[in-house]
Amino acid sequence: MSTEDKIKYTEDTVDLEGKQEYTITVYAENRIGLLNRIAIIFSKRKINIESLNSSASEIEGIHRFNIVIHEGYEVVRKLARQIEKQIEVLKVYFNTNEEIIWQELALYKVSTDEIAEKVTVERLLRQYGASAVVIRKDYTVFAVTGHREETDALVKALEPYELIEFVRSARVAIIKDSAGFHEKLKEFEAFEPGEELVENEFLEKGQKIFTM
Amino acid sequence: METAQDTIQQNEAKAETSKTLFKGTGSQVLLNGLIEEGVTTIFGYPGGAIMPIYDALYDYADKLEHILVRHEQGGIHAAQGFARASGEVGVVFATSGPGATNLVTGLADAQIDSTPLVCITGQVFAHLLGTDAFQETDVINITTPVTKWNYQVTDAKEIQEVLAKAFYIAKSGRPGPVLIDITKNAQLQLEEFPEYVKCNHIRSYRPKPKVRVEYIEQAAELINSAKKPFILFGQGVILGKAEEEFKAFINKSGIPAAWTIMGEGAIPTSHPLNVGMLGMHGNYGPNVLTNEADVIIAIGMRFDDRVTGRLDKYAKQAKVVHLDIDPAEIDKNVKAEVGVWGDCKETLPLLTNLVNENKHEDWLAKFRQYNQEEIDQVITPELYPTGDEMTMGEVLRNINEICGGDAVIVTDVGQHQMVACRYAKFNNTRSNITSGGLGTMGFGLPAAIGAKYGAPDKTVIAIIGDGGFQMTPQELGTIMQFGAAVKILILNNRFLGMVRQWQQLFHDKRYSFVNITSPDFVALAKSYYIEASKVDERANLRTALETMINHEGSYLLEVMVGRENNVFPMVPQGMSVSEIRLK
Repeated sequence: MSTEDKIKYTEDTVDLEGKQEYTITVYAENRIGLLNRIAIIFSKRKINIESLNSSASEIEGIHRFNIVIHEGYEVVRKLARQIEKQIEVLKVYFNTNEEIIWQELALYKVSTDEIAEKVTVERLLRQYGASAVVIRKDYTVFAVTGHREETDALVKALEPYELIEFVRSARVAIIKDSAGFHEKLKEFEAFEPGEELVENEFLEKGQKIFTM
Repeated sequence: METAQDTIQQNEAKAETSKTLFKGTGSQVLLNGLIEEGVTTIFGYPGGAIMPIYDALYDYADKLEHILVRHEQGGIHAAQGFARASGEVGVVFATSGPGATNLVTGLADAQIDSTPLVCITGQVFAHLLGTDAFQETDVINITTPVTKWNYQVTDAKEIQEVLAKAFYIAKSGRPGPVLIDITKNAQLQLEEFPEYVKCNHIRSYRPKPKVRVEYIEQAAELINSAKKPFILFGQGVILGKAEEEFKAFINKSGIPAAWTIMGEGAIPTSHPLNVGMLGMHGNYGPNVLTNEADVIIAIGMRFDDRVTGRLDKYAKQAKVVHLDIDPAEIDKNVKAEVGVWGDCKETLPLLTNLVNENKHEDWLAKFRQYNQEEIDQVITPELYPTGDEMTMGEVLRNINEICGGDAVIVTDVGQHQMVACRYAKFNNTRSNITSGGLGTMGFGLPAAIGAKYGAPDKTVIAIIGDGGFQMTPQELGTIMQFGAAVKILILNNRFLGMVRQWQQLFHDKRYSFVNITSPDFVALAKSYYIEASKVDERANLRTALETMINHEGSYLLEVMVGRENNVFPMVPQGMSVSEIRLK
């Protein structure tokens, strides 16, 4: 991103209170009750979770949460530290939208008659990058993967044509600057904490990835 | 259905033991684990869902002392008192449902004051979970925000590993309460168990980081360049068992040091560099000079709002060095120039090596100057009152004179707590036990019972208000039955004094429901066969206190103090520490 783009981007995404979307990535043990432990860190501070995804990670047995919130940097940093403090959490990262690749999946159920009569399926498929998942006599289900604006746009487009059902998944995100968790895990499994584990912003202010 | 089968299982279990494999029930292996962890004392209360554990406990009476409390809240506060006085992990047993929910206040207290506890709660049979069974409650979810870690065991095979983890988590890093909920079937389950192995590593948990010298160097540089450095220390020094390291640091650097109420006693009251108490009812100099210091060194303290007052007017001129074992505390409330993340037992000696020897005479003189003003205006009138009414301060002065600073002082919450923290003298660490972060009224009496078990050779004095005492008076029964020689001192001003003080100062003296009446405390104590007396005249105070302290067993003394005395100095809420009022 050029400097000019970056300034424009910042203007677009950061609101007057200095808040913007952050995606928090949590690597954790797969344990019952941990989701609640993490969720209450937000609710205790009356912070709304915009999106939450829990899934497997690149390492078997280690879980990965993606949590999206709209907050200022300081608040997010403190939240990340509170999350990382939980016994079963291995590591927490938090990133702005420009630091991640992210996607959401949306499904749309529309009356097949309507679609066939009033809009051409082909147009939808092309314009919105939609794929038809199921086509039946009574309804058709489309899927779109993309950012919020993209999936929202198709809702708008389908509204006049009896959108029977709509659902959108939580955000999943990959951190651009991350080398994955394999190396980190080895350090965690070692008894003596290594240098990498105690990295923090007092020394590494210039780091591209915010870690603790 | 369980009974016949269980008895058979348990009898079998009692019969069989082998060297490496232990055949027994989940309950037995739990108790064996507690012994392996060095537990000697348990505070608890039985009930339906924890009966198999209590049944097993029947055979462990020679190894595990179980103190039957009168309410589970009393049990957990006693365990807190035990942990705080001894430095060991406090252990609590409670049954499911109401037994477990009664622990919640104590868990919250232990969580905010970083007290290491392991609580074992019984739970309904695993197959009944989620059926709203008798005395079923979702203990894990209820206690999640107030525990460092919690876990529900539904299979006896998990017990050893989970118990080992619980002790490791409770006492390592920044300590805290852990709760293990064990379903009844797991308590009864007969298994062959391997040898108990203590836990010393959990891959997702870093109790303390490797100390990085760069931070120490940066901190030392800042400290060495300071003209008016000021140390604020908290319970971290005590929890880290770093009292000697801390003393060495201040002795070399010559920096004045003030304490939070949780840190009180880490160095003796008489230490020449101990300049007093921080916060809302703290000392004059430490509060005012917080806003004049050029470098503040915060050690094992968390800048609670009762310490900082109005945050945007707090120490804005100062560069802050913050030493803490919990990275989440650094920058949480006050921005640190240098954050030294680590165990202060390790970081302080490194820092001491790098700081210059210094005296800071002029700077210390400023503290003395403010102190003199406070002595004249507040302390002398409080400790040596001339009016007819007794003050809480003069009671504390007499205790200091009698005990010489060697007693363990346990307080409840309110005016008497602030007076005790301000005026009690301490020669030893782990001698000031109070509910700091949560401010739990009712903490004092049960915590003192626990403290007596944690420090059996010390005189333990519970100083409690007339309001707080009435929150957990049932624990007199525990004293009666088990004979903990706790000295109970009720400072009775016939008001909920702290709330009354605020209503007087900030609510136009509209005394809304602070006028509390009390029973005859002396008669109450005597009904529990505890010696007791009451003093309402200064002439009898000294003798009465001596009688209480010198009495063989437990003793309750009620002292009638001035009704509308206020605790000063005071930083009114929403004001800066430098706006502290002397009257």
